[in-house]
Amino acid sequence: MSQLSEFHSIQALGEALRSRRVSAAELAADALRAARAHADPNIFLQIDDELTLAQARAADQALADGTAGALTGIPIAHKDLFVTEGWRTTAASRMLEGYVSPFDATVVRNLRQAGAVSLGKLSCDEFAMGSANENSAFGPVRNPWDAERIPGGSSGGSAAAVAAGLVLGATGTDTGGSVRQPAAYCGVSGIKPTYGTVSRYGIIAYASSLDQAGPLARSAQDLVPLLDAMSGFDPQDSTSLESCDGRPNTGGRIQADFEAARGAFQAAGQQPLKGLRIGVPREFFNEGLAPAVGAAVESALQVFESLGASRVEISLPLTRLSIPAYYVIAPAEASSNLSRYDGVRYGHRAAQYTDLADMTSRSRSEGFGDEVRRRILVGTYVLSHGYYDAYYLQAQRVRRMIADDFRRALADDCDVIMGPVTPDVARRIGDNRQDPIADWLGDIYTLGVSLAGLPAMSIPCGFGGDSGRLPIGLQIVGRYFDEGRLLALADRYQQATDWHQRTPELA
Amino acid sequence: MDWEIVIGLETHAQLSTQSKIFSRSSTRFGAEPNTQANAVDMALPGSLPAMNRGAVERAIQFGLAVGAHVAPRSVFARKNYFYPDLPKNYQISQFELPIVVGGRLSFFVGEQEHTVNLTRAHLEEDAGKSLHGHFTGPHGESSSGIDLNRAGTPLLEIVSEPEMRSAAEAVAYARTLHGLVVWLGICDGNMQEGSFRCDANVSVRPRGQAEFGTRCEIKNLNSFRFLERAIQYEVRRQIELIEDGGKVVQETRLYDADRDETRSMRTKEDSDDYRYFPDPDLPPLIVSPDWIEQIRQTLPELPAAKRARFESDMGLSPYDAAQLTLHRAVSDYFEAVAAALPAGQAKQAANWILGELSAALNRDGLDIAQSPVPPERLATLIARIQDGTISTKIARDVFAAMWAGESGGDADAIIEAKGLRQISDTGAIETMIDEVLAANPAIVEEYRAGKQKAFNSLVGQVMKAARGKANPQQVNEILKRKLDA
Amino acid sequence: MALTEQDIARLARLSGLRLDSNDQSRARQELDRILGLIEELQAVDTTGIEPMAHPLAAHQEIALRLRDDTAEPAQSAARRDACLRNAPAPHEGLFLVPTVIE
Repeated sequence: MSQLSEFHSIQALGEALRSRRVSAAELAADALRAARAHADPNIFLQIDDELTLAQARAADQALADGTAGALTGIPIAHKDLFVTEGWRTTAASRMLEGYVSPFDATVVRNLRQAGAVSLGKLSCDEFAMGSANENSAFGPVRNPWDAERIPGGSSGGSAAAVAAGLVLGATGTDTGGSVRQPAAYCGVSGIKPTYGTVSRYGIIAYASSLDQAGPLARSAQDLVPLLDAMSGFDPQDSTSLESCDGRPNTGGRIQADFEAARGAFQAAGQQPLKGLRIGVPREFFNEGLAPAVGAAVESALQVFESLGASRVEISLPLTRLSIPAYYVIAPAEASSNLSRYDGVRYGHRAAQYTDLADMTSRSRSEGFGDEVRRRILVGTYVLSHGYYDAYYLQAQRVRRMIADDFRRALADDCDVIMGPVTPDVARRIGDNRQDPIADWLGDIYTLGVSLAGLPAMSIPCGFGGDSGRLPIGLQIVGRYFDEGRLLALADRYQQATDWHQRTPELA
Repeated sequence: MDWEIVIGLETHAQLSTQSKIFSRSSTRFGAEPNTQANAVDMALPGSLPAMNRGAVERAIQFGLAVGAHVAPRSVFARKNYFYPDLPKNYQISQFELPIVVGGRLSFFVGEQEHTVNLTRAHLEEDAGKSLHGHFTGPHGESSSGIDLNRAGTPLLEIVSEPEMRSAAEAVAYARTLHGLVVWLGICDGNMQEGSFRCDANVSVRPRGQAEFGTRCEIKNLNSFRFLERAIQYEVRRQIELIEDGGKVVQETRLYDADRDETRSMRTKEDSDDYRYFPDPDLPPLIVSPDWIEQIRQTLPELPAAKRARFESDMGLSPYDAAQLTLHRAVSDYFEAVAAALPAGQAKQAANWILGELSAALNRDGLDIAQSPVPPERLATLIARIQDGTISTKIARDVFAAMWAGESGGDADAIIEAKGLRQISDTGAIETMIDEVLAANPAIVEEYRAGKQKAFNSLVGQVMKAARGKANPQQVNEILKRKLDA
Repeated sequence: MALTEQDIARLARLSGLRLDSNDQSRARQELDRILGLIEELQAVDTTGIEPMAHPLAAHQEIALRLRDDTAEPAQSAARRDACLRNAPAPHEGLFLVPTVIE
């Protein structure tokens, strides 16, 4: 047991740190020990004691000076898709083995400036491509609830680290569900904010028009200071938004919205969610949905109803088509974003080659794993002459239609949308390897939200699987810039339930 | 077979911004390798582009100057191909929706004025440089060194319609375009440093045929001389090939200046599916009418307008007006001279600038900005001719002395110091003429016998006696009067 | 809509990837399967619908932001070397690659 495991929330640990009952340096040293000792050696791709302890000492200084904030001294870790000075960044790929970035991602800088202490870099699917964390070049990550099963992906390391109690918060990225789905499989809370609210500068790009960073933690309440610190306008990212429906995109916005919504719920007494209309898409409850997941989501909806909300059935008719739309757009953008990995300026260079073209193609083929190569080929295909209109442009048109369907529903019919995150609980490691699209089909409930750029969360809402011990997540989708209110809704649910407090018994 | 030559030019002008198009690195030329290449320029993982306002402004200035349409919405697209001097292995450019559409450029070939329509102009980033030294790679392989200082420099790619019909036209177009971008201050025009580069698309077809022949693209010509020679060679090559029964293959070629020939670049098949798509890292560029208007207000008077004004208000010939408006420094100089002279003497100013001044600048390898004779002083010199103080011939000597800095470069001081004041005193001239007539009776006889040359000979003698300083008009008048009397 | 060997070879070349013959036949099968999925998009009638590039484009005007034209100072050779630290074949501040003869 680590010192960290005595604290079940960022708030609780923060209080202990600020009252000096615990020192950040001691806590960090202990957390590092626990991380190294953990049964799954693949969760962390790199741990560097000195770098972490230096941050912890700085946190202790701030705590002594009285300049500490909500995150000062809190142990977190970063998905290895965020570039970091000091720690290596690999994107879980042999292509970048040993790469050291000369700059920090904006998200990393923001969290560092907020005083959080990073324990190191977390595994993920290679270049964020995957839904199982089996595509890491450095070994699969295991689900802390069942070591034979996947933690989800691509932010599998992040979800596992939080679920295993190694950190109180982790950064992830969500392009088609890569924060929400591992959060669901690992029984933790995660949020993907509105596209453009968190800077992409320093995130190794996968699909530029879809990638968005988001935190994972034990509860919605813990997500608030994390997301608030991470977000904000960044002029280095041209897709970063300066304002959110008229309000400046800066730190404090989400915190303020969360507190305002939570305050309103508290003030409303017995039926805090009265007036809230929850849209439930009928297409999310098709024959592909496992009964246990359906049942857990249904129970969750009933909890919301008991708090005063009402539900309304909505239709998102293009739900199934979000899969091909996403798997055209994301690989297309990825195929171009990954062209820079050629062994010229950094990254893996083949040991043997005949000429420049051979050097490039060997370096890339050696450095990239199967899934990455597959998606690059798909992406090249859908952008190529003669196919661009039929595939890429068609997918972007369907994308607009999907986004319009969401917007219409959230404008006319409901205030939030709820449903499952995944069709089933986590599968076994090694399954689905024969069929390249099997895992892709499992993304059906999360992709549309990404295509539309809307904010969405996953919070634990039950268990399933043969053992009855595999976590199930509830997805909550909001209107653009509604992050704060979504978090307050999730927090209200977490006050009425305790799914988020369950932890796996560690071996 | 009567062949028609068809030429279109694509020109890349490096824009004169302080920083690069998508990063804050400096664009200064000549820095140590890779010291002006930051994370964005090196395409490090996680880097993203951020657009430079100055590049957009310059593109708009160009569009307005050529009478083009400035698109209110234009889109940046990725052009995907692998090359080591292209750090992302895609170039951010503009494809379907460029910032400038249409426009036209007028220029002279000799005395003949031509107008060529422009297809478009768009913004894109420059690539880095490959240095082919005697580098050896890790396995002993012959290697090149990549320097990314230039990668990301903003370029304006200007595309002409294929309306040029000779190498001379193409060169005149290129010179005029070069003059314009320098005039506007959007490009420094330094061709040695690669600030202005032309690709020529060349084809031939039998005169009268509507369809274009197959064209070849000759890339990266960075001097007007090479542009001309390359086109000439390529035209000959294509004609000979066709006349020998062959077919022109569409390809990219390079000009070898040492051998004065173009040759095919070693390219792979399918190398040109660039898979253009809108860059998801860059939202569309929106240019408001207000901004365009603001920029329009800051444009200097354009060459075409100045030329028209020089012709109509100052009575210059179209050719002279065109020559004086090739470079802003020259037209500024001319206007300064004209302003310092009484009305109606603009032509003289033009003649002196295009004649003596130009010759002296060329001889000494100077730009007009470095002229030792400033405009006001040239004006004084011209005024002294007009007021009869000196003759045109003497004025050239005075000019040479001014150029050399004698007497502080002051015309009046030089005239005094060298006693070059023209003799206009009719009495003195009459005396000299009488003396010459008296001394040359035989020549006088020849004149009376009808030999015009004898008159010139007598004039020459008078001028010699006057040591060149007699007012030639007066000498002519008085001599004639005396002879014919 | 099956892909041919030439298609795969061409895709590999454009993608800067090297596929040996095993890789190629596996890629063919996989891509065929994937294409079967993305063909589903053809069934959607998208007449009159504009492609969407930025996810919020329908919600608000998204325009490219422009930054001032100011340059950062040139890097010292030492800082440049820090960037070159990751280079596989650095030499005198340059990145070495096998020479391409044009």
